[in-house]
Amino acid sequence: MSLFKHHARIETNALLLTVGIVVTVSVGGLVEVAPLFSIESTIERVEGVRPYSPLEQAGRDIYLREGCYNCHSQMIRPFKDEAERYGHYSLAAESKYDHPFQWGSKRTGPDLARVGGKYASDWHVRHMIDPRSVVPGSVMPGYPHLTRPLDYGDIGTRLKVLRQVGVPYDDAQIEGAAHDLEEQALADPNGAPPPVVARYPKARLGRAVESPENGPVTEMDALVAYLQVLGTMVDFTQVDPALIRR
Amino acid sequence: MGHSHESSPYCEAVIRKFTLAAVVWGILGFLVGDFIAWQLAFPILNLDLEWTTFGRLRPVHTTTVIFAFGGNVLMATSLYVVQRTCRATLFGGEQLGAVLFWGYNLFLALALGSYALGYTQAQEYAEPEWALDLLLLVVWVIYLAIFSGTLLKRREPHIYVANWFFLSMILTVALLHLGNNLAIPVSLTKSYPLFGGVQNAMTQWWYGHNAVGFFLTAGFLGIMYYFVPKRAERPVYSYRLSIVHFWALIFLYIWAGPHHLHYTALPDWAQTLGMTFSVMLWMPSWGGMLNGLMTLSGAWDKLRTDPVIRFMVTSVAFYGISTFEGPLMAIRSVNALSHYTDWGIGHVHSGALGWVAFISFGAIYFMVPKLWGKSEMYSLRLVGIHFWIATIGIVLYITAMWISGIMQGLMWRAYDSYGFLEYSFVETVKAMHPYYVIRAIGGALFLTGGLVMAYNVARTIFGADAARVAAPQPSPVG
Repeated sequence: MSLFKHHARIETNALLLTVGIVVTVSVGGLVEVAPLFSIESTIERVEGVRPYSPLEQAGRDIYLREGCYNCHSQMIRPFKDEAERYGHYSLAAESKYDHPFQWGSKRTGPDLARVGGKYASDWHVRHMIDPRSVVPGSVMPGYPHLTRPLDYGDIGTRLKVLRQVGVPYDDAQIEGAAHDLEEQALADPNGAPPPVVARYPKARLGRAVESPENGPVTEMDALVAYLQVLGTMVDFTQVDPALIRR
Repeated sequence: MGHSHESSPYCEAVIRKFTLAAVVWGILGFLVGDFIAWQLAFPILNLDLEWTTFGRLRPVHTTTVIFAFGGNVLMATSLYVVQRTCRATLFGGEQLGAVLFWGYNLFLALALGSYALGYTQAQEYAEPEWALDLLLLVVWVIYLAIFSGTLLKRREPHIYVANWFFLSMILTVALLHLGNNLAIPVSLTKSYPLFGGVQNAMTQWWYGHNAVGFFLTAGFLGIMYYFVPKRAERPVYSYRLSIVHFWALIFLYIWAGPHHLHYTALPDWAQTLGMTFSVMLWMPSWGGMLNGLMTLSGAWDKLRTDPVIRFMVTSVAFYGISTFEGPLMAIRSVNALSHYTDWGIGHVHSGALGWVAFISFGAIYFMVPKLWGKSEMYSLRLVGIHFWIATIGIVLYITAMWISGIMQGLMWRAYDSYGFLEYSFVETVKAMHPYYVIRAIGGALFLTGGLVMAYNVARTIFGADAARVAAPQPSPVG
């Protein structure tokens, strides 16, 4: 067959073989990845999704550092049982400011896409320090080290870099990042809402522990603030189902 | 490495280094893997220390087995094969080879240490932070230069089929690494990826699936195409099949990434493409399997007499099993059950332990005597023992994960007679316990097999030297 005869030309020429390989393996990637940046319907138009507050972002960075994605997904699929267990299926819009995405690939533990508001912050603290004290039978590691002070010296730089990759923080948010972080963590959840809430609606105020000794903001405060906002930004009672139909 | 024997026309010191590193990393990777398997059965083993939690150690396991064990095997075998099939010494000689060896293994040591300390990009199989990504890029370009430089100075007109696979692995992994690690640094140890959300997800699984497709498949098919014919002393079954197999495989593999994102917020058109190409991928995969197995035509009796061939043939059979299971799991309705469960973990390990590790063991057992100037391994009996211990380990592992995965998937979607979800999440976790214990026992057996191999390799290297004078040098194949 002539096709196989012609192949001799490729297998006797290293350069031709190289070019052939590069072209062959490039097609699929280009066809599948490139359109996601230009097709408008890829990301649903829903209200409410905002960049993470500095405290939430610091908590998210701890979530990444500890490798939570190895056991927890953040992507609810459109099935009846998942809707009942976790809530409304996840939209692309809800993770559009996630760098990196944390959809995950394994549920050794439950999905966390809508864990926000499901448990008291105090429950999260106990659970993180000793998971089996609140969930007997859990196989999650304990994270007692998260009670240490949060290092947020470079939180402004972090927000600035996030703006460079496309998260729409404005100058005031970047300059006031450290201030916003402290304000959110140290606010009285029952008092008048401080200005940080105007910049980051639905941000969960106050320390993670109910009656903390006066101390520095901890890694736990940040992580819990992140968990408590997960999946709460979009108000699905206000969303027209036709707009998010897949 | 004072063992170089002057009679060999090829650069072999560097290959000896890669081979030894592969054995050491392999054992370390199996050890960490088994440790985290026990953690899932007995969470107290997380030790309440930040460096030893499952979340930090699981990337240590995956990177050690894929990139440290697998990577050192690939470099050892590809540089062994390319010299012999091109009848040319390594481009850049032993010196550049040593730079590659130390550069690559330095990258690995730094990456593994950094995960334990909490520095990670938090993208599966692409965890190293930006500075280490750059180091790997430099090392990889050196690898490409050595490999293709050797191809260019070949004294054989034709490039042997194993080298097509190795070259496609090196080139594609470079593209994947570049595309998936675009990030802007915050500091030396922290960066944010350029893409977010759905685009990040698609890019990540374009990378992640093809790390499997090229690093763990194409590269190891290169190993199959050289070492199976050499050990069986039979030519490759079909030259035409290898051409079709090669181009179809590398074309189709790249498309399969979205099957990791079924029913997610990735648009349906991309999911459908991913599913369709995954199912098509079954054909070239089995084409390759047949080409490997049929190479044994007329030499099947060696399965009885030669445990090294037994490793190789079993690996190709596992390749066939997991490349059938893969397309099956890529079908959306099957994936609805299997995704997020241990079935995926079982599938990966039937490929990783059965295919990748077994063909690697076969290649190591083939190369070690030749590299150290012996006629054969210290003990073929121990090779046979390794084979059976490891095989039983794999069977325990994958059957435990099939049961636990399918069971958990079914429990998640089970309703009681009143129309409520029947199980809380933690009830499904508790139900996994016996299977996690069985899996960890399987892993311990696999690790034990690795230790047997290490002992056998050490005895071969340091054992009596009688064969060194008598054994003829391996003749290059054309």
